[in-house]
Amino acid sequence: MAVELTAEKKLWMYRKMYEIRCFELEVDRLFKANMIWGTCHLSVGEEATAVGAIAALEKDDMITSTHRGHGHCIAKGGKLPQMFAELLGKETGYCRGRGGSMHIADIETGNLGANGIVGGGIPIATGAALASKMKKDGKVTLCFFGDGANNQGVFHESLNIASLWKLPVVYVCENNQYGMSVAFKKSTAAENVADRAAAYNMPGEIVDGNDVEAVYFAVKKAVDRARRGEGPSLIEAKTYRWLGHSKSDANVYRTKEEIEEWKKRCPIKRYRAKLVEEGVATEEELEKIEKEVEREIQEAIEYAKNSPEPSVEDIADGVYA
Amino acid sequence: MAEKLYIEALREGLREELLRDEKVFLLGEDIGIYGGAFGVTKGLVQEFGEEKIIDTPISEQAITGIAVGAAMAGMRPVVEIMFFDFLTLAMDQFINQGAKIRYMFGGKAKVPMVVRAPMGCGTGAAAQHSQSFPGVFAHFPGLKVVMPSTPYDVKGLIKAAIRDDNPVLFAEHKLLYRVKGEVPDEEYVLPLGKADIKRKGKDVTVVAGSIMVIRALEAAKELEKEGIDVEVIDPRTLKPLDMKTIIDSVKKTGRVLIVEDDPVSFGWGAEVAAGIAGSEAFDYLDAPVKRLGGLDIPIPYNPNLERHAVPQVEDIVKAVKDLLR
Repeated sequence: MAVELTAEKKLWMYRKMYEIRCFELEVDRLFKANMIWGTCHLSVGEEATAVGAIAALEKDDMITSTHRGHGHCIAKGGKLPQMFAELLGKETGYCRGRGGSMHIADIETGNLGANGIVGGGIPIATGAALASKMKKDGKVTLCFFGDGANNQGVFHESLNIASLWKLPVVYVCENNQYGMSVAFKKSTAAENVADRAAAYNMPGEIVDGNDVEAVYFAVKKAVDRARRGEGPSLIEAKTYRWLGHSKSDANVYRTKEEIEEWKKRCPIKRYRAKLVEEGVATEEELEKIEKEVEREIQEAIEYAKNSPEPSVEDIADGVYA
Repeated sequence: MAEKLYIEALREGLREELLRDEKVFLLGEDIGIYGGAFGVTKGLVQEFGEEKIIDTPISEQAITGIAVGAAMAGMRPVVEIMFFDFLTLAMDQFINQGAKIRYMFGGKAKVPMVVRAPMGCGTGAAAQHSQSFPGVFAHFPGLKVVMPSTPYDVKGLIKAAIRDDNPVLFAEHKLLYRVKGEVPDEEYVLPLGKADIKRKGKDVTVVAGSIMVIRALEAAKELEKEGIDVEVIDPRTLKPLDMKTIIDSVKKTGRVLIVEDDPVSFGWGAEVAAGIAGSEAFDYLDAPVKRLGGLDIPIPYNPNLERHAVPQVEDIVKAVKDLLR
């Protein structure tokens, strides 16, 4: 492989995955404690895809995210206090408590937003890439979507256009095997999402979505290609969500055995072992990172809890510019 | 001042904005060498190139979503949807994304985009290429809705729509493209949200939008012969809606007819009627508020049936006389 990962980057990837895991588990806890309203979609088990893909971007590059978007936001540089504050519906949240889990965006860090519509971010990422091409700003846009989105018409419309116009966009499908309850094999006529790249004359690659470095290298290749002006790629990261689709899911459509099987492939445990084995970090050093992250998460939750509620007087703020 | 066709004035407005701001670009189906299905963008690709006047595949949802993304990333896209009816194909991106993003994101994003589309019947195109429903879009928070009726208005308002930092629906009635009117030689921009009194009168207020302004003015001419003095108010933008100008007029005349091209049930005319009923103009009414609009049917093909599907000049004349009875 032409690109080598520095120890610093490897540790950043570990830290971000651990941050996402802790964030999601805390969200689960806060939800059960009735502190989070509505619903939310957790990405426990899918951390390597978010982190590996975003690690391949430059700071100014853009992303579009999905309804399962907390991990993308964290990896893109989103701040934990503002994220928790948004989930708690507070004025200090990313969306001033108006968006919640499904609409966290952070335009300043290039996060063009999570999306409550399956596939909704795909043309938006394509349009952001068109803007980059027109402005010649050298940015690449990375578009996350799930396996469910690959059957939306707009997925096909957008990939066709991006390829025609050679737009600097990378489509990353997080195939977690289920669109809510329906298994991938029951929803998709193609064997793999990546196979559909052929129809749009772009490279399609399948990668182990639980291997953060594999995701990084696959996405990096696609990002470099996009930045060179050679057009889009489609990458399918095969992964698995450990928890339910949303907070109302009783997991009746899959077996405990299947879930346990995937838990054995935990992206974080796997990477932790690899880092120790390679001598990138010692157990103690990794524990230190973990403790730091856990502390930051608790501080972020405290910040959110102590933040003010949005004022009803301002309810109509932000409808129009 | 020169007399120009609506379509020419619209094209001039687009052209001036393309020249003024390099962030402005056009995308849509057949808008390049073909010049658009109705010829609005004719000649623009020759002047600005394929980079700025972008022919797209037939993918309304993606085109609209691409505009949303490009707008969020700092551009000012102007989308042409070939027929107003096809907007239904783009609704998720226009409404769930474009219109809602700013609010959803806590006011921290902006989506400066325009979606233009030709609407209306009178060309024999039948049900899927003839409907007018700008009123539907006025129901969505986050959108602005513009429907100019004259060459002067269309030029000034397209420029305002492009410069606006919000998603704007720009509804152009096909039959207006060939209407002529005076257009200043010097540059001008009209405000969004300001109604225009198209004809001053004292007996009856007719609130009409888009093509119905032209028909209302013709009706006013006929009614004048019978000594009836009609005031014609064109809201020009449905959202924001300038109720003040309408209310002031009704207070003066005491009688009001609202004429729209949209199907009449749940149409924007009902919003205007409710606005009048809930205002101080209510006390000045000498007759119940009257409405005219399209029948509640898909637009039929047969020319005689088609003509009867939406208000014509004679319907407006009759309705005004009924109001005065």
